[in-house]
Amino acid sequence: MAHFENNITEQEDAQKDRYLTFALDSDFFGIEIKYVTEIIGIQPITIVPDVPKYIKGIINLRGKIIVVIDMRTKFHKNQIPYNDRTCIIVVTINDVEAGLIVDQVSEVVSIPEEDIVLPPNEKLGEKNKYIKGMGKTGQHIKLIIDGERLLEEN
Amino acid sequence: MEDASTNRDPLLEMFLFETSQFLEELEEILLLSEKNNEIGIENINEIFRMMHTIKGSAAMMMFNNIAAVAHEVEDLFYFIRENQTLAANYSIIYDIVLKTVDFIREQIENIQNGKEMKDEGELLAELKKTIMVMKKNSSHSPDQKYAAKILFEEGAGMENIRAFNIVHNLKEYCEEISFRPEDIIENSNASEEIIKNGFEIYFSSHMDKEALTQVFEQALYVKSYELAADKAYLTAAQKDKMIDKEYKGKEDIKEKNKQSLISVNISKLNKLMDFVGEIVIAQSMVIKNPDLEGLSLPNFNKTTRQLRKLTDELQDIVMSIRMVPIASTFHKMERLVRDMSKKLGKSVELIILGEETEVDKNIIDHISDPLMHLIRNAVDHGIEMSAEREQKGKEQMGRIILEAQNTGGDVLIRISDDGKGLDAEKILNKARKSGLINKAERDLSQKEIYSFILLPGFSTNQEVTEFSGRGVGMDVVKKNIDEIGGNISIESVQGKGTTMSIKIPLTLAIVGGMGISVGNSTYTIPTIAIKEAFKADEKDVIIDPEGYEMIMIRGKCYTVLRLHEHFSVDTEVIKISQGIILLVESGDKSICLFADCILGEQQVVVKALPIYLSKYTIRDRGIGGCVILGDGSISLMIDVMTLIMTNE
Repeated sequence: MAHFENNITEQEDAQKDRYLTFALDSDFFGIEIKYVTEIIGIQPITIVPDVPKYIKGIINLRGKIIVVIDMRTKFHKNQIPYNDRTCIIVVTINDVEAGLIVDQVSEVVSIPEEDIVLPPNEKLGEKNKYIKGMGKTGQHIKLIIDGERLLEEN
Repeated sequence: MEDASTNRDPLLEMFLFETSQFLEELEEILLLSEKNNEIGIENINEIFRMMHTIKGSAAMMMFNNIAAVAHEVEDLFYFIRENQTLAANYSIIYDIVLKTVDFIREQIENIQNGKEMKDEGELLAELKKTIMVMKKNSSHSPDQKYAAKILFEEGAGMENIRAFNIVHNLKEYCEEISFRPEDIIENSNASEEIIKNGFEIYFSSHMDKEALTQVFEQALYVKSYELAADKAYLTAAQKDKMIDKEYKGKEDIKEKNKQSLISVNISKLNKLMDFVGEIVIAQSMVIKNPDLEGLSLPNFNKTTRQLRKLTDELQDIVMSIRMVPIASTFHKMERLVRDMSKKLGKSVELIILGEETEVDKNIIDHISDPLMHLIRNAVDHGIEMSAEREQKGKEQMGRIILEAQNTGGDVLIRISDDGKGLDAEKILNKARKSGLINKAERDLSQKEIYSFILLPGFSTNQEVTEFSGRGVGMDVVKKNIDEIGGNISIESVQGKGTTMSIKIPLTLAIVGGMGISVGNSTYTIPTIAIKEAFKADEKDVIIDPEGYEMIMIRGKCYTVLRLHEHFSVDTEVIKISQGIILLVESGDKSICLFADCILGEQQVVVKALPIYLSKYTIRDRGIGGCVILGDGSISLMIDVMTLIMTNE
């Protein structure tokens, strides 16, 4: 039992401050690695009626049915056709599974807490409510996504 | 959990299973008796026997606390049985025995979850006290045991019949009559025996000796008789013997049943079900394999037909294994209503209809909590206090009807109360305050207003009571029902009552579905709902002034619903003559659906929509779930009932 608990803390430690980064348009985003289950290529999507535009539909992930969200639409960017670099990041946040469609997945990076700054207050408008910080790493600023808010409301 | 239950000692498993069944039966008997305000002799014996069994097996399994309380209840019922001519105050008995049932049930759960057992001392003391009180109350006329010996006059003839006559007369005043010789009617030698040894009768009665002598005096041809109070009250040994004798008879019946019934761990059944589901998908993948397209394969087709027939049968059997009557879930509610109405001081009766309706075990497990919540709400908020009811000119006794009904592919469960109903104005106010209204208020239908109470955090009740009104609840009910692909709707008339209708699928598993295509999308309609499919011409379609399309089939007029418009899908098939029309039916209502073309029938595994989508109105659009097709793609399952209801 003790060994098991140890494992969990080790795992948590390994995941701490680590982010999966991906590109959308010209911006880079990061999402905490603990939310990410897997990354898959674009799949045939079944559209469903009566949902917001950013919900593209549902896909069959080995018998499990999950919702896919187009991150470009969600973040109010113009849409481009999906290509072979388009990826679906499968995330599990508070027991809700969803796929996030992004232009391209880049890498997993470590961003220590002190390198993340809060977005300026006046920019915390409607559009930015899913961003909880700016990560300074490499040449680009990574916008850190607030996973819980992303799937929480419509 | 699964491992724990499969690795458990089979003896323990048996004990847990049997005891929980006994408890369920016991509860049912008690509630029924309480309702009818009497416990029949069979029921007393039944309870007595069950407690005896529980005591025995609990002692064997070393669960001494269960054995101890069971023993006390057994004693209690022994006493009741011996003194049942008394008008005992049964209501204390119901309370205490139900309490004991709860106690034992709790212990059983503790055993199952590997938790510590609770101490029985408190309950035991209470039980003992109850027996004491009852004994005291009845002490003014204790049942006295008598023994009598009768000698008939010589040459009276037909002594056995005469003896029987006396017994018959005695029965009116006495209980537990036994006599010797025993078989006075059947045995032709009985007469001789009676002449030789006399006729002995043992009985107990609350009447005194003088009154009883009357019976003997009146009997004809009696030469002499001795009547004496029997001092030996049944000894403990005799009592046990009696139980064993009774018990043996029951055991025989049980033995016969046992041979044809086994209890199976539900997790094994789930696995079996999953595998059958996989087989069905795999079979479709083989039969509809793209590699085979265009080939003429008469032998292959023949064998696939055979295979399909076998898998169909396999499915049916697996499904039927998992189907259980909803009765046990419903009867749990009886207890709930009883306890609540007592506590709240309301008088409420629960009427159960259609309890024999069979539903998949999985689904039953899922609806138990929501049902409990709805019933709780009905008793707590729906039904008014008796005085208030009388003022309103209603019957004093509130009434809740719990009803199940099979409507083809679905099961409809209705909970109706005749209470005060929902206050639409109050709900609307609250919804306005919480900013839940997203369209013009005058466009809101009554149904839409009521459905606000299903949203998270919505509760119009200001007071928090023990049972309900915490603002969590109805949304959880909705979530639970959504999870199994069900639907809940509310109807209410203020002052008259509320009806909650829950529609749940008969099974979560496999159904026959007809695939249709609309533009790039595919949809699946349960085959059972499709009455016919046909091509129509433009001139067959009638258009009313508001632009609604209708079609006449054999003198009946049906609404035409264009699926591409309904689901907002782009398609090139716009003209009626290009596509196909499907006449679908649910309950007693029908509608015509217009689709591009039919793709073919197949067995499909229906899955619920992702929970993430439950906050949108997909379900109200008529999508009941989704289906994974043979090639791995997803098709949306059309819920014909909702489709018809929203388009009437």
